[in-house]
Formats: sequence, C-alpha cells, structure tokens
Amino acid sequence: MNEFDDKSIEQIEEPEYTTLNLGPTHPATHGIFQNILKMDGEIVVDAEQTVGYIHRAFEKIAERRPYYQITTLTDRLNYCSSPINNMGWHMTVEKLIGVDIPKRAQYMRVIIMELARIADHLVCNAVVGVDTGALTGFTYVFQWREKIYDIFEQVCGARLTTNIGRIGGMERDFNDEAIKKIKEFLRDFPKIFDEFSTLLERNRIFVDRVINTGPITAERALSYGFTGPNLRAAGVDYDVRVINPYSSYDDFDFTIPVGVNGDTYDRFMVRQQEIRESLKIIKQAMDNLPSGNWYADVPEFYLPPKEDVYHNMEALIWHFKIVMGESDVPKGEVYHAVEGGNGELGFYLLSDGGRAPYKLHFRRPCFIYYQAYPEMIKGGMLSDAILTMSSMNVIAGELDA
Amino acid sequence: MAEITNTYVSEELYKKFGDAILSTDEPYGMLTVVVEVSSITSVVDWLKKHPVINAHFLTDICGTHFPQIPGKELCAIYHMQSMPNNYRIRLKCFVPITKPEVPSLTGLFPSANWMERETYDYYGIQFIGHPNLQRILNVDEMDYFPLRKEFPLEDGSRTDKDDKYFGR
Amino acid sequence: MSKEITIAEMPAGLEGPGFFATSLEKAIGLARANSIWPLPFATSCCGIEFMATMGSNYDLARFGSERISFSPRQADLLIVAGTIAKKMGPVLRQVYLQMAEPRWVISVGACASSGGIFDTYSVLQGIDKVIPVDVYVPGCPPRPEQILDGFMQIQELVKNESLRRRNSNEYKVMLGSYGIQ
Ligand code: SF4
Repeated sequence: MNEFDDKSIEQIEEPEYTTLNLGPTHPATHGIFQNILKMDGEIVVDAEQTVGYIHRAFEKIAERRPYYQITTLTDRLNYCSSPINNMGWHMTVEKLIGVDIPKRAQYMRVIIMELARIADHLVCNAVVGVDTGALTGFTYVFQWREKIYDIFEQVCGARLTTNIGRIGGMERDFNDEAIKKIKEFLRDFPKIFDEFSTLLERNRIFVDRVINTGPITAERALSYGFTGPNLRAAGVDYDVRVINPYSSYDDFDFTIPVGVNGDTYDRFMVRQQEIRESLKIIKQAMDNLPSGNWYADVPEFYLPPKEDVYHNMEALIWHFKIVMGESDVPKGEVYHAVEGGNGELGFYLLSDGGRAPYKLHFRRPCFIYYQAYPEMIKGGMLSDAILTMSSMNVIAGELDA
Repeated sequence: MAEITNTYVSEELYKKFGDAILSTDEPYGMLTVVVEVSSITSVVDWLKKHPVINAHFLTDICGTHFPQIPGKELCAIYHMQSMPNNYRIRLKCFVPITKPEVPSLTGLFPSANWMERETYDYYGIQFIGHPNLQRILNVDEMDYFPLRKEFPLEDGSRTDKDDKYFGR
Repeated sequence: MSKEITIAEMPAGLEGPGFFATSLEKAIGLARANSIWPLPFATSCCGIEFMATMGSNYDLARFGSERISFSPRQADLLIVAGTIAKKMGPVLRQVYLQMAEPRWVISVGACASSGGIFDTYSVLQGIDKVIPVDVYVPGCPPRPEQILDGFMQIQELVKNESLRRRNSNEYKVMLGSYGIQ
C-alpha cells in the first residue's frame, strides 16, 4: 500500500476547497439567488452570486405604460413594503408635474408608509429569528403583520400588492374602520413587540450567534453603496426621511438609530429600534391628522370619484383620459428618493412629454448592496453566511427588477 | 458648513475641466452636467475627492437610448451625492451606438460593478476597464440589448394573443 | 376553548358490525390526500402570500401539510408561487423532474399561471410551458384563502386519483408532450 506516498501528502498540505452551490431554490436563501461558495470545511473562502432569476423587465414595461399604470409595477418591487414604493412613485410624478399635496394626504401617506416599514422590518427580523432557530418569534409576529394587512385592506382593498394612493393624493379618506384598526394596532402592538424583543434581543443564544457575523465597516459600506438600515447599522446616520424630508416627515419627532459594527446584531437592533420609531411617527401623525381634502386639485391626474364617472359626462371623459394616459406631462427629468424598507429607493424619471416615461430607472437598494455579500461572509461559517443574508433583507423582486 | 450651490459646483467644474464639460443644466434643481466621455472618470474622481463638494457616494448608474440623436445614441447617467453636504449631482455622457465605450468607475467605487453590468445588459454600453462585464439579469444567451428602443417589450412566444382584439 | 374535531370523511364501502371494507385505491387516496408534503417554490410576491398561508393565521398545517419539504425528493406537491423568469425555467423543470411520482403541481398567482402582468421578453408565459400543472390559483397575489382553496382542490384530486393513472398511456403521452420520459 502506498497510501502515504509523497504525492498524496503534498495534496493534503494544499488546502482543499469544496465548491458548494447554494440556490437558486434553496429555502435558506430567502429568495431566488444563486451563490457558489468556495468552502474550506465549514469556512467560506470565496463566494460568487448569480442574480436575475426573476428578472421581469420593469424598466422596459415602464416605457410602455402610462404614468397612472406604473404604480402597479412599483408594488412588485419590494413586495414586503409595497406602499412605500407606490408613494415614492407618486411623489416622483408629483414633483415632475409640480403639484402640492394637502397636509392631510401627506399625513395619511406617512401613516401608511410607516406601517409598511413595520411590516417589512418584522418580516426581516422574524426571519433572522428563524435562521437562528427561533421559530416562535416568526409565528407570533406574523399574526401582527396580518393586522397591518387588514389596515391596508381597509384603506385600499388589497393586502400585499396594494396599489395604494393616487398621483395627487390618496384614493379615499380613511374610513372609521381603518382608523379604529390603526388605533387598535397602536394600542396592542407595542406589548406584543416587547415580548418579541425580550425573546431575542438579550437572549444569550441569539446574541452569541449574531454578534460579529457578517460585519462591514462604515467606509466599506459607503463605497458599496449601502443605504437604509444596513448602512445605519454600520454607524452612518443617513436617512432620506431626515436629509431630504418628503411628505411632511419634518413635522415629526423621531430619532435615527445607528449601530457600531455593522454586524448582524446591529442590523437586527437597528430594525427593531426603527419599528419603535415608526410607531412613534404613526402615533404623532394620528394625533395631529389635519382635516381637509385628501387629494390635490389636479383633475388631469387624479381620478374623479366613481359615482361621478357613472353619472356625469365630464367625469367620464376625465376618467377615460387618465386611464388611457392622455394627460399632458411636462418634459424634464427628476430624481426622487424615498426611504424604502431597505434603503434609498430612487426613481429617475426622464419624460419627453409623451404618455409614458421616456426612461424610468429604479434605484433599488438591494441590488446595490447585495454586491458586498461575498466580502461580508468571507472567513465566516456557512451558517453565518445564511444569517448574514437574511439580516441584509435582500428581496428578490427588488433586486432583479 | 456653507451650503453648496449648483453655481459654485459648475463654476469649479468649468475651471478645472474646461472643454470636457459640454453643458450644464438644472432640471428640477439638480445640477446636470454633460461630460466628455474620455474624462468621466477624472470628473467623478475629482468630485469624490474635492474637499468642499465631497461627493463621496455613487448613488446610481443607468443608461438610456436616444435613437433620434445620431452619433449620441446611448447615454450613461450617473447620480452622485454628498451626504454631509446633502448635495446631489447628475452626470451624463453620450456615446455613439457604433462605439459605445465608456470608462468604468469600478476602480473608484466597488458599487459601480453591478450597476455597470446592468447598464451593459440593458443597453450594451461597454464599460472599459470593468473586471467582469457580463450580463447580470438576463440569460447569457441573449443576443440583443433589450432596452434599446427598437426591441419589443413583449415575448414573442405567446400564441393566445390575437392582435385584432387589441386594436393593433 | 371547546373545538370540534373533524375527521376525514369515510370513503364509500361495505360496512357491518366490526368491519369496514373499501377498495385499496380509496384508502390510499384518503391517506395521501391528508398528508401531502408540499415543496414551496416561492419566488416573489406570491411567495410572501404563501408565507402568510403557512403562518399562524391561515395555517396550512390544518390540512395535513405541516411538514414543508424543501427537498424535491420527498415532496408530493410542488407549489409554484411567483414569477418564473426564463432564466428560472430550467431550474423549475429540474426540480419537477427530481420529484418522485406521484407528484402534483399547483400554480399560484397570475404570473406562474400565465405570465400575469409581465408579458415581457424575460418572463416565462406560464409554467405550463415547461411542466404540467394540476390546479391554477388566479389572483395577483391570491389571498391566502384562495391558496387554501387551491390546496383543497388538490386534495380532492389526490383522493380520487386511480392508482393506475401514473402508469397509463395517457399520462405518458401527456408527460411526453413536455419532453419528460
Ligand atoms: S401574480 Fe402578482 S403577486 Fe404573484 S408573483 Fe406575479 S406579480 Fe407578484
């Protein structure tokens, strides 16, 4: 037996790497991404991502659809927080055509957007819990995400792909039921959320598992184009809501939580804290909800009420014109950014005055920061790589456009 | 810190780069600078390192296609921003479709990597110096650049659609 | 809380004191229908609604499916929820091929069923272009109740399926039309 001849010893001394294919359908990837990992035992040496598995050609569709119909596309970008995308798009068009929205509509938008942010962060943090083995948190808070969906349902009739609001305001006022549900949510959710927090935030098993997994420094994060909670976890207090306030965010009093190390624990904690801040914002907005109209006076863009459409010639014509995209839009280019669930969601809109945008580009935060993933997981364990991915909250629909 | 104005930035740019700055404009308050293709990297680098402007963050890269402007069909659009100054700027450079070559920014910003790949995937703009310029979202076998205006949106494989009913 | 416990209905058969006889087919159908192991192939927005279906409010486990199988080898039911792009098509097909017979497929949402609002160059116009589908659930996204209804339709199919169906000629011809041996 020459089992231990020189040659095989040489081979043993050379590091032996295994190639591991993770995805695109693996459940732990939380979406449709493929990662080809180069492994040294349990340690990740290198990684390469492939994306595009649900590329749906949003930008091409947007060049063919009237402004009014693009809202449905934005729903499907980051589907965990669709309302934020809807409103971001509406605000972009409003910036282009130059309308001012009444205060009431702005406050209503803030309420809806913050609810959506809570739903988004809840999913992300619950999934971080699941990946560390705490399924309880997931089943528990998902009931409360359903409550948020109930509110959306009251306001617009849909749960997930909300298509909420209109260019020029909100589609309709909050009805009594919606207000009641929001108030109930504000009353009951903090208690539930505290329970969820005590379950994880200082739980030794969880904390040991997440501290120092997938860290990134502020400098690297910035150069990789991080925004949103992931950037804030690395210690940069950049938030579009504060730096370029839109929709009256400057009326509210809230703080921007920041982390230090940019690791999974910090990302988790930043999201936890943001949920609390969002609750604060919603509360302020509910308490100070101004009276008045919930839509601006832009008959070329804001659909007339349905009763009028059925009984009134003028209204029917407007309805038809808006739906078919026959309203005149100015030429020009605008960039508008909102703070989405994952970071700065930007809309770059180039209009040539036609019925559809000449070019519409979505700045999708996920797409940009997911590039840093290999760097973040290098040198860590495989299971930490999974955890890092779920704590980054990479949403396939947003990433692949 | 004094607020940075568009006039200040455009004056500084003209002073430094002169002829490489083809035009400036301010649609909806954002300074938009059309830059000569060959100097895009130096302009971006200068904006990034400028002690006052400090546009250290590359927000976005995208492309677009203007078939109606001969010789300048494709356009790469860059958005940059300075977080401390809360200042945003947009840069554009036009290239002919016959030679769509733009220097890559990957040396300055790692985040440019995928954004440039995406732009290449959509419009076929070649980013010179990019480490791995491949399609990112579409299948590798695709032999055209789908976001150019001449290509249709629809998938050709649908058999259940009769154009008669759509008035086409 | 007093909860009524429902038991699956007895299939038709011969009954007498101390015995009950039915055909093997029906007994197996009954057992299969109430212990389906689904493989969620959730890609996008519909996948989030599927998550809600599995969550505590809607609770797919009530139908004997608490065991979500992430390995195609041990799954009976492929739940395709979400947009399938052309890049994903071959992957989906491979997952289907890896599943053991008998296998069922449910297509959740407009995208999986027909491409939905994405009639574009990059999206597969319905998963039935690459794999056979048993039940389509419309909606964009379907509500969890709808997904549950689709699931119950599958149960109905499973219950009434003849044991010989998978060996029959029609079935082979049908698979053959998808290029599957
Ligand atoms: S059917 Fe609608 S909700 Fe479902 S994946 Fe398609 S776009 Fe998303």
